[in-house]
Amino acid sequence: MNINIILAGVGGQGILTIAAVIGRAVLQSNLNIRQTEVHGMSQRGGAVQSHLRISNREIFSDLIAEGTADIILSVEPHEALRYLPFLAPDSRIITSKDPFINIENYPAIEDILAELNRTNRPVLVNASELAREAGHARTSNMVMLGAAAPYMGIATEQLESAIGELFHAKGPDIVDINIRAFRKGEELSQTQATEL
Amino acid sequence: MNKQLLLGAEAIALGALDAGISGVYAYPGTPSTEITEYIQKNSGNLKQPVRSAWSTNEKTAYEAALGMSYAGKRSLVCMKHVGLNVAADAFINSAITGVNGGLVVAVADDPSMHSSQNEQDSRVYGKFAMLPALEPSSQQDLYNATREAFDLSESVKLPVLLRLTTRLAHSRAGVESKSARPQNPLHAIYAPERFVLIPQNARRQYNVLLGMQKELEKISEHSWLNRLVTGTGSKGVIAFGIAFNYTMEVRQTFCLDFPVLQIGQYPLPRKQVESFFASCDTILVAEEGYPVYEELLRGYFGGESILGRMDGTLPRTGELNADIIARGLGMKPKTVMPVPDIVVHRPPALCKGCGHRDLYDALTTVMSSFREHHVFSDIGCYTLGALEPFNAIHTCVDMGASITMAKGAADAGLRPAVAVIGDSTFTHSGMTGLLDAINDRSPLTVIIADNDTTAMTGGQLSSATGSRLLDICRGLGVEERHIRTIVPLKSHLEENMAVLREEISYEGVSVVIAQRECIETAARKKRKQVASQ
Repeated sequence: MNINIILAGVGGQGILTIAAVIGRAVLQSNLNIRQTEVHGMSQRGGAVQSHLRISNREIFSDLIAEGTADIILSVEPHEALRYLPFLAPDSRIITSKDPFINIENYPAIEDILAELNRTNRPVLVNASELAREAGHARTSNMVMLGAAAPYMGIATEQLESAIGELFHAKGPDIVDINIRAFRKGEELSQTQATEL
Repeated sequence: MNKQLLLGAEAIALGALDAGISGVYAYPGTPSTEITEYIQKNSGNLKQPVRSAWSTNEKTAYEAALGMSYAGKRSLVCMKHVGLNVAADAFINSAITGVNGGLVVAVADDPSMHSSQNEQDSRVYGKFAMLPALEPSSQQDLYNATREAFDLSESVKLPVLLRLTTRLAHSRAGVESKSARPQNPLHAIYAPERFVLIPQNARRQYNVLLGMQKELEKISEHSWLNRLVTGTGSKGVIAFGIAFNYTMEVRQTFCLDFPVLQIGQYPLPRKQVESFFASCDTILVAEEGYPVYEELLRGYFGGESILGRMDGTLPRTGELNADIIARGLGMKPKTVMPVPDIVVHRPPALCKGCGHRDLYDALTTVMSSFREHHVFSDIGCYTLGALEPFNAIHTCVDMGASITMAKGAADAGLRPAVAVIGDSTFTHSGMTGLLDAINDRSPLTVIIADNDTTAMTGGQLSSATGSRLLDICRGLGVEERHIRTIVPLKSHLEENMAVLREEISYEGVSVVIAQRECIETAARKKRKQVASQ
């Protein structure tokens, strides 16, 4: 077991919540984990990334080396492309298709999707639509976690129980909405995988 | 054993709590903020209370920590690298007085300047003050080293510097903790011969500090933070702090077996380094930060056998990573996918709806009517006013410099002289500069952007906001009719411009306080309220 995930997005989009869920799920399973975060100035609407490494052997570097990421998991399509040099050959991008436009020169979404489709079997997710179906637009990050779940090698039950723990304080309704969002993402990913 | 997923910064906090600190003193600063925040968040679960509120600046924090140590208790003081510049007077002189209760100074450096104005290396300060310094490379080592640092501090009677860098401060890993040690009892000692630094005492104490250096080196020689990873071949790596992680990553990835000397405690263990040099023909010196020890080693062993940042084997600036170390060791770079051409830069920006936007809209319009429209600013979210589309500020140097630089420019004849500073930065280092301006009757307008929080670092409590800022300005001697308040909202634009125009045209010290809560902290409060209903 040795997996490197680059989490990508824009400050405030909730990639650290994704990381927190995975971290909780992994900590229960005795695997080693390292997970970097971005705090401070860059958080303010800038590009943010988190390097997440999980392994059954000792992990030395907190950062993922170029060309060794197994997944780029992005909550924003343009941000997914920024970290392409990290992607290992034959590995894939799993990203939301919803653009977050807070800059004037944001590229045309068709061009972004074309670049994404040029990569190896990307999983492109209509995350905000699925999040709304689950019950709240703010759960797109859990949709994206669900979409990545089949490729991470972490048991779904562990991830779901970690979501339960993380949102426990916010009440059972919030937990349910987030679990529903997670399952919607997971379902989409599995359907796409069988279609291929 | 209790395993938790902790940031490096949090591992320090937990280590300090378990070492029995009675207080933590700090001013927020990326990447050090989370040390104190962790202690604040967990203060409810502690057997004995630990003092943890934010200090006004790093100097007041440091001196309070030294005072707690004087009283016999253990204290932790935390700051970012540039914060140590602010606390430097206290820091250097506390090496001369020494300590009573254990005192640990946790300083987080920011190589690559992710959220800072320079990438100064705090290990230089460690050498400058001649204090023992620790630089662990993992979250678990940070926990263990912090616990032990308090014992070390009490045994050598000196403050201990704990240095880390952004990547370790802001990376999580599983950390196992041990049971907590109780706090020290109050035992203040009368030792004016140490603590009254008049020349006759200072000279003697300085000699005591110099006399300690051999002992500190001996302690380094036996520290678990300095260790040899044996290997084969004539090329070795001396890896300092977090550089050890990247070096070992390369060793694992490429199945290499070169020897590595890990350095995590200073002063440098001379014997270990000498014997490592004797066993290798070529040595790569990998340091996260300045080539502090590379320079020293080049002087000692000559330059021929040493590779590092100074000869270009590693880049001279910026944080390290495994790819950089691999290239430094001569590994062929991997072919990787390029970033597509359509990808554009997405810099940080002021939040939509932020009051600073409305303040800058008003200020920039007012300033555009002057031939000289320089705005001196400071460090905080409002620094983002330097970027497009605002281009509203023209300086940002160090905490508090907006007011004093504007004052100096006004003294030189620049009209108008305008400073923009946040509430927290004003209390940190702006108040004294304002007093200078008042004493000098400098024609200057200070705009305090009061968003009721220390926003850039994530919304920590500010030392003074709202009406207290008005009281401070009055107390310093700003004339009542030239202390104005505005609310930076779009709907107030005309009115705000009128106030700014009036005060900027006044030939004396005026203060305009722009009061509007940070939208981030306001939203957070609202979510909390909703959740509690």
